[in-house]
Amino acid sequence: MSKTTTSDETAAAPEEGDLGAAGSQLSTAPAETLANVPGLGVVGWARWFWRQLTSMRVALLLLLLVALGAIPGSLIPQTGQDATKVADFAKAHPTLAPVYEKLGLFHVYSSVWFSAVYILLFVSLIGCIVPRTWQFVGQLRNRPPGAPKRLTRLPAYTTWRTGAEPEQVREAALALLKKRRFRAHLAGDAVSAEKGYLREVGNLAFHIALIVMLVAFAWGQLFKAEGNKLLVEGGSGFSNTLIAYDDFKSGNLFGVDDLNPFSFTLDKFKGTYEKTGPNKGTARTFQAAVTYSVGAYGKGKKDVVKVNHPLEIDDSKIYLTAHGYAPVITVRDGRGNVVFHDAVPLLPLDSNVTSSGVVKVLDGYKNAKGVTEQLGISAFFLPTYTAGSETASTFPALDNPVLNLAPYHGDLGVNSGIPQSVYQMDKTHMKAFKDSKKAQLRENLKPGETMTLPNGAGTVTYESTKQWANFQITQQPGSGWALTGAIAAIFGLAGSLFIQRRRVWVRAVKGADGVTVVEMAGLGRSESAKLPEELGDLAGILYDQAPGAPDPENDSDSPDPQVVPAERPEK
Amino acid sequence: MTLAAVPDLAGATNLAAATNEHLASISNTLIYSAMAVYTLAFFAYIAEWLFGSRSKVGRTAAALTATARAEARGPAVTVKKDGGTAVLERPQVVVRSAAGARDVPDGPGAHGGDEQGDMYGRIAISLTVLAFLVELGGVIARAASVERAPWGNMYEFNITFSTVAVGVYLGLLALKKNVRWLGLFLITTVLLDLGLAVTVLYTASDQLVPALHSYWLYIHVSTAIFCGAVFYVGAVATILYLFKDAYENKLATGGKPGAFANSVLDRLPAAASLDKFAYRVNAAVFPLWTFTIIAGAIWAGDAWGRYWGWDPKETWSFITWVAYACYLHARATAGWKGRKAAYLAMIAFGCWLFNYYGVNIFVTGKHSYAGV
Ligand code: HEM
Repeated sequence: MSKTTTSDETAAAPEEGDLGAAGSQLSTAPAETLANVPGLGVVGWARWFWRQLTSMRVALLLLLLVALGAIPGSLIPQTGQDATKVADFAKAHPTLAPVYEKLGLFHVYSSVWFSAVYILLFVSLIGCIVPRTWQFVGQLRNRPPGAPKRLTRLPAYTTWRTGAEPEQVREAALALLKKRRFRAHLAGDAVSAEKGYLREVGNLAFHIALIVMLVAFAWGQLFKAEGNKLLVEGGSGFSNTLIAYDDFKSGNLFGVDDLNPFSFTLDKFKGTYEKTGPNKGTARTFQAAVTYSVGAYGKGKKDVVKVNHPLEIDDSKIYLTAHGYAPVITVRDGRGNVVFHDAVPLLPLDSNVTSSGVVKVLDGYKNAKGVTEQLGISAFFLPTYTAGSETASTFPALDNPVLNLAPYHGDLGVNSGIPQSVYQMDKTHMKAFKDSKKAQLRENLKPGETMTLPNGAGTVTYESTKQWANFQITQQPGSGWALTGAIAAIFGLAGSLFIQRRRVWVRAVKGADGVTVVEMAGLGRSESAKLPEELGDLAGILYDQAPGAPDPENDSDSPDPQVVPAERPEK
Repeated sequence: MTLAAVPDLAGATNLAAATNEHLASISNTLIYSAMAVYTLAFFAYIAEWLFGSRSKVGRTAAALTATARAEARGPAVTVKKDGGTAVLERPQVVVRSAAGARDVPDGPGAHGGDEQGDMYGRIAISLTVLAFLVELGGVIARAASVERAPWGNMYEFNITFSTVAVGVYLGLLALKKNVRWLGLFLITTVLLDLGLAVTVLYTASDQLVPALHSYWLYIHVSTAIFCGAVFYVGAVATILYLFKDAYENKLATGGKPGAFANSVLDRLPAAASLDKFAYRVNAAVFPLWTFTIIAGAIWAGDAWGRYWGWDPKETWSFITWVAYACYLHARATAGWKGRKAAYLAMIAFGCWLFNYYGVNIFVTGKHSYAGV
């Protein structure tokens, strides 16, 4: 590690000597100041605090704190991910849970203390970037610093004597360095050159990109909306309004008006499955063909939504998250009036889509005696029924569908105000229809078949089978910015880490004996094998233009015996 | 309407994949064969170290006392003459260490300059190449047997991971980098890794993880494995740096290290070289690690409807990333260079390891792996 920090303190360190100016401003990293405790009232303290906050040391500590702070959230259940787990945890640890609750440990990433740390870090970051940017602009305006007096003190050094005139050598060096895209100029008896400013650009771009990403992420959290909607093939569509959702949650600043106006319908769901072999039943494709329109009166467009392949409308994304079957059921009362005709989505129970659910006839039905009642029909569905396997489907596709129905009558209790699952029936006020043997009436139907309810109570027909698909609709503004920031961060990092910023000086002066002495030296941000290699290349070319002259007879400036051997180009 | 109980499509596809039994058993045979060859290589590396110990070089000590002398006379001014001939091709570049740094030459390597040791070292490398090829064959056969990338569970991660780590080592050797000293340490852990894989983590090849049907899988997981392997190489260098640095410190302050330390550590590259190597390796993959996390986020955005959700795996990738960022910052911060930065690098690698083993085994999240 070369000590080329910008700070004047280190530059003044005795062993650095006159290297200070030459090595200064080789980066824009803030100086490591151990600022004295201020004595100047509020302003002094504020300035001191700001200096501390924007120092590299504090940036490092804050970074460490962010890493440490992120740990508990990965080990303790988080409400944002799994609220039931949090509840379980609270039950299992009655004394610990309230403490955790107070400390925000069930929602670490939105807790006060975690936010405080990363906000401080980002304030520090901004406070760091702004002056660094100005400093860098200043460096671009200025010229590389002049050559230090003793080039021999630099990390890479070479010299030779030549018959060429010093001016000639300097001209050649200037031309060569410029050709190699160094910023070079002549100052006194030496050429100063610098290259690799892109490193600084990359570093600044990276740190700015971090801010862009954070802002985009925060924006996305505050304005995001997410909900689910189940649609049946060919059934009524979905239009993006709050009431149309089956469930919905949103960020703090999200307003209902922010929902993108669009609507879509499910035209057809297609699932294909491996037919044979050991992975029989494995899903091959899931595709939902949809027709969507943007805006209130947009023209309908067709598209296909797949797993991992959402439909994007403005900044809303529509994901296909689940599928299942919805038998079309017709219920007639004792007089033959149709009281129910609809596709009833059933809940899949296993990977072969064995499904269950309930057909609920809420109103319009009158029993044989003409009394108004509600009907509830437990449905159990096997898309592929195989004799011998009565309770589980043997294949996920609709190869041999069988619908098992068990009807009840009475009061479904849906008006009691307690929300009910559509897949379950509250049987407290329901009575089963009985068959001739006084057992629960239960029948297997194939598509098109009808079961008759006892004592003229009506009929239930299984007409056909449709499929349903569940869609998750999310709107997260700012993801484009996050992605842009991320890409900028990677390129910035690469520039910052792979590009070397370095300086080269070439001095040519007449020695005491009238022969020109050429000296070349290089300095980089960190000791690198590339630097001597590059210097060697440059020296090689320059040497051809200013070939060596014989050494003087007397080696008065005798070389130090403790010569450090030149590092070979990194084996 | 509650749909919470609807199993997602990901789950629906979680069924047995076709297994080509034959290929799977070929894969297993190849992995076991690779282990056998690695074991032979391990013994050859040991032989290299043993023969190397015959030479009592003590270069570090010599250099340190020499520099101490030189420093007493003031900083070394280094002008190298070319013996008066004017016909040199190109002037010789002299490299001067930073002020205050120790001028310690790199050790000669495990063989310690001993010819027989060197021969065993070469044998060890040849065996490593062979084992690498056999293991690579095993990984490919595994992939063919499950008809997908071999990254579905921890067994597959482990075998791929060690293959890549050895590949990185051999790659650096092929690029003529001075990394032969890594051999024994690397192969020892590769054997541990494979041992763990075939005993504890072994999963029959017919399991398939949930809906991983996205090309982001290939991008995200392959770069993750590669980064891990490179971070691992960096971590080995960092540990050796810490030992070597302590050794040099002891010598420089007039201490007398034990015979074992003398024999082993003297043959390693200088602490400064190890430190530089570790830094380069870690810094070089850091952008790729950044990319890996971003690729994961993009994939999560497509698959789960959010690009970042603080899932344990995501969280630990983030922690690992921040820890490496700390390390890079520390290197640029006066007062944190050297040993302190090295400790940070070790912590960062610890985070990576925990993300790999700890999170998979002890923490449940969306990243679940069939049969671990
Ligand atoms: C959000 C948290 C931050 C992260 C993740 C981060 C990450 C990084 C990384 C990975 C590097 C290495 C690139 C390189 O060495 O060129 C770096 C360099 C640097 N960072 Fe940060 N940084 C953060 C905040 C800060 C802050 C607050 C400051 C100001 C005090 C800062 C100042 C610097 C400087 C000056 C360098 C360049 C060091 C050099 O030139 O070698 N960073 N940062």
